[in-house]
Amino acid sequence: MSTPTLIPTIEVQEDFRARAHKALDDTQLRNNFRSAMDSLMTKRATSFSDAHEREHLRVLGNAVRARALSKLPDLLEQLETNLTRNGVNVHWAETVDEANGIVLSIIRAHEARQVIKGKSMVSEEMEMNHFLEARDIECLESDMGEYIVQLDHEKPSHIIMPAIHKNAGQVASLFHDKLGVEYTKDVDQLIQIGRKVLRQKFFEADIGVSGVNFAVAETGTLLLVENEGNGRMSTTVPPVHIAVTGIEKVVENLRDVVPLLSLLTRSALGQPITTYVNMISGPRKPDELDGPQEVHLVLLDNGRSQAFADSELRQTLNCIRCGACMNHCPVYTRIGGHAYGEVYPGPIGKIITPHMVGLAKVPDHPSASSLCGACGEVCPVKIPIPALLRRLREENVKAPDSPNQVMRGQGSKYSPKERFIWNAWARLNSSPRLYRLFGFLATRLRALTPKNVGPWTQNHSAPKPAARSLHDLAREHLNQQGDR
Amino acid sequence: MSAKDNILAKLRKSLTGATPVADNFDVELVTQTYRYAPEERIPQLRKLMEAVHTEIHLTSGDDWPALLTQLLRDRQLPSLLIAPTTPHGQKITQFWANNPDLPTLKAYDRPIEEWKAELFNDTPASLTGTLGAIAATGSLILWPTREEPRLMSLVPPVHFALLKASEIRDNFYEVQQEFEWAQGMPTNALLVSGPSKTADIEQVLAYGAHGPKDLVVLILEDQ
Repeated sequence: MSTPTLIPTIEVQEDFRARAHKALDDTQLRNNFRSAMDSLMTKRATSFSDAHEREHLRVLGNAVRARALSKLPDLLEQLETNLTRNGVNVHWAETVDEANGIVLSIIRAHEARQVIKGKSMVSEEMEMNHFLEARDIECLESDMGEYIVQLDHEKPSHIIMPAIHKNAGQVASLFHDKLGVEYTKDVDQLIQIGRKVLRQKFFEADIGVSGVNFAVAETGTLLLVENEGNGRMSTTVPPVHIAVTGIEKVVENLRDVVPLLSLLTRSALGQPITTYVNMISGPRKPDELDGPQEVHLVLLDNGRSQAFADSELRQTLNCIRCGACMNHCPVYTRIGGHAYGEVYPGPIGKIITPHMVGLAKVPDHPSASSLCGACGEVCPVKIPIPALLRRLREENVKAPDSPNQVMRGQGSKYSPKERFIWNAWARLNSSPRLYRLFGFLATRLRALTPKNVGPWTQNHSAPKPAARSLHDLAREHLNQQGDR
Repeated sequence: MSAKDNILAKLRKSLTGATPVADNFDVELVTQTYRYAPEERIPQLRKLMEAVHTEIHLTSGDDWPALLTQLLRDRQLPSLLIAPTTPHGQKITQFWANNPDLPTLKAYDRPIEEWKAELFNDTPASLTGTLGAIAATGSLILWPTREEPRLMSLVPPVHFALLKASEIRDNFYEVQQEFEWAQGMPTNALLVSGPSKTADIEQVLAYGAHGPKDLVVLILEDQ
C-alpha cells in the first residue's frame, strides 16, 4: 500500500435542504441506512427486554450525568489532580485550534511522523487528520469504519458506525482501487485486509491518539469502550498516547460508570458490554515492559461552556454518544449523516452543533425535525431533545436587540415581517371583537384567497375559508335546538 | 488567563447560586438482577462468552497444562508466549520441561522495544492469567502487571486465558467494591468479553478485527 500522506477531505457542498433532497433521491443510500437503522433499533430493543429495568436505568443515568455536570468545574480539577499524580499530562483547550496546537507540539517534541488514531469524535471536531496532514504528518484512522471513510476521502456518517452509508460492494471496490487488492465482497476477507494494513501501521506509529468515553475524577482514569481492539492498540503500542475529549465527559465516581456503561453499549449496539473496556490510569511505570512512556489528555471546550451556561441547554451535555437518537430518527434514517454537513449528525447533532459552530452556520438544524419525540424517548440519559429543538427554534428567531444573549449566531433567522405577522395573529386571536370581524370578512371574501401561498402550496392544495364559520354554524345549531 | 482558567471561570459563573445534585446512586438497580447462585455463574458466563465466539473449556488446576498442549497441537501453533515469573508461567515451564516435542515457549521478559517486530510478526499465541470474571456481562478481568504485560492479551492472534472458577463474580459493581478499585487503579485494567470483532461493514459481524482472532478460556473448576 502506498502511504496516503495527504488525504483531503471532501468539502461539504450546498446547504442543508439541497443536500437533504439529494440524499432522498439516492435509493442506494436510503436502502443502506434503512436496513442498518432497523437492525440497530431491533438490537437495542432486544437488549433492554425488561422495560422496568430500562426506565429505572435511564433515570439513574440521567442523575449520574446531572450530578457530574452540577459539579463540573470541581470534578475537572479533581480529574486533573489525580491524572497528574498518576503521571498523565493534562492540557486544556478553549478552541479546536488550541487543541490542534497542543497535539502538534507534542508530536513535534517527539519528532514524530506517523500517528495512528482510535475512534474519536472530538478529533473529528478538531479535523485533526486534515490539520496534521497539512503539516506532513500521517494521521491514519484505525477503526475499520473510520479507515474506510478516510480512504474514500469522506467523513463519518454515523457516530458509532462511520461507514454505515456504504454496502460491502462499495467497500470492495474502494479496497480494490485504493489498496490494489483483489475485488472481494466477502466481509471477513475485507476485514482481514484492513487488519493486515493497519497492524503494520500500529507497529510503525510514533503516536497513538484516542478519544475517551468516561473520565473518572475519583481515580484519574480514562475509560474507553470498543469491539475491535484498535483502541487498545492505539493506546498501548505507540510510545506516546494522546487522548482528546470534551470537558463534559467527566464522571464523579468509578461506580458511576457501571450504569452508564450498560446504557451505552445496549443503546448503541444492543450488546451487554463491548469486547473491550479499557481503563487507563497512567503511562508505563519504570519497571513495566510495555505501554506508552507518555500519556497526555487534552480537554476541549469548543462551545460546551456556552451550552453549560443555560440550565436547560446544559442537558445537551448529558450525552454519552451512543447514537440511539439517530438510529430512531425518521429524518436521519431517510437522509443519512452526511446531509447534516457537520461532525455530529442526527438529533444530538442538531442540538450540540449550534454551540460548536454557531447557530447561524446551521440555521436549518433545529427545524429539520418532525418533533415526533423518538429521540427523547430512547435517549439513555434522558436528554429532552425535542424540547431543546423547540428552544433552539426560539433562539433562531430571537430579535437582534434582545438583551438575552444565549448563544453564538442566535437570531439568524429573525425576520421583521414574520415577527409582524405573528404579532398580528396573536392580537387577532386574543381580541373577540377583532376575531369576529376577521371571521365575517374571511367568509365573505373567500373568493379572494390566493391560489399560491408559498411553500405550503408546493405539496398541498391552497387553504380556503369555509362559506360559514364554525361560530356561525354553532350559533344556528343552538338556535334550532331552542326552537324545539 | 490560561485556557484552563477561562474554562473553569465560565463554568463556575454558570453555576452561581446552584446547589450540586445529590448523590442518590441506586446500588440495587445495578446489582439486583445481576446476582447468581454459585452454580449458575459458570453457565451464565459461558452463555454470554460463547455467544460472541469465545471458546471455553472446563478443566482443573492439575490438568490444564495437558489440555493446553492439546489445544496448541489442534491449532498447529508453533509457539506460545508466556509470562515466566507468574505461577501459571512457572507451571507451564515445568510441564514443558517434562514433556519433549512441545511448541516453543517464549517468555515476555524484556521491554517491548527490544522485540516488537517478533511480537507482531512471529508470536501466534499467548497465555495469561486473569483476575477473575464477571458473570453478568460475560467478561474476563485483566489487570496487566510488570510480570504479565499489557500486549500479551492483545497482539498475538490466539489468546489463552486461565480463569479460576472461584473468582467469577456476579457484576461489575461488586468487582469494583471487592477489589476497592476506587482506592487505586493499576496503570491499565481491562474487561475482555470475547475475541476482537467489528460490524462496521454493512453490520455484518466479523471476528479478528485488530486484537486476537480467538479467545480460549480455560476454567479451573477446582480453584
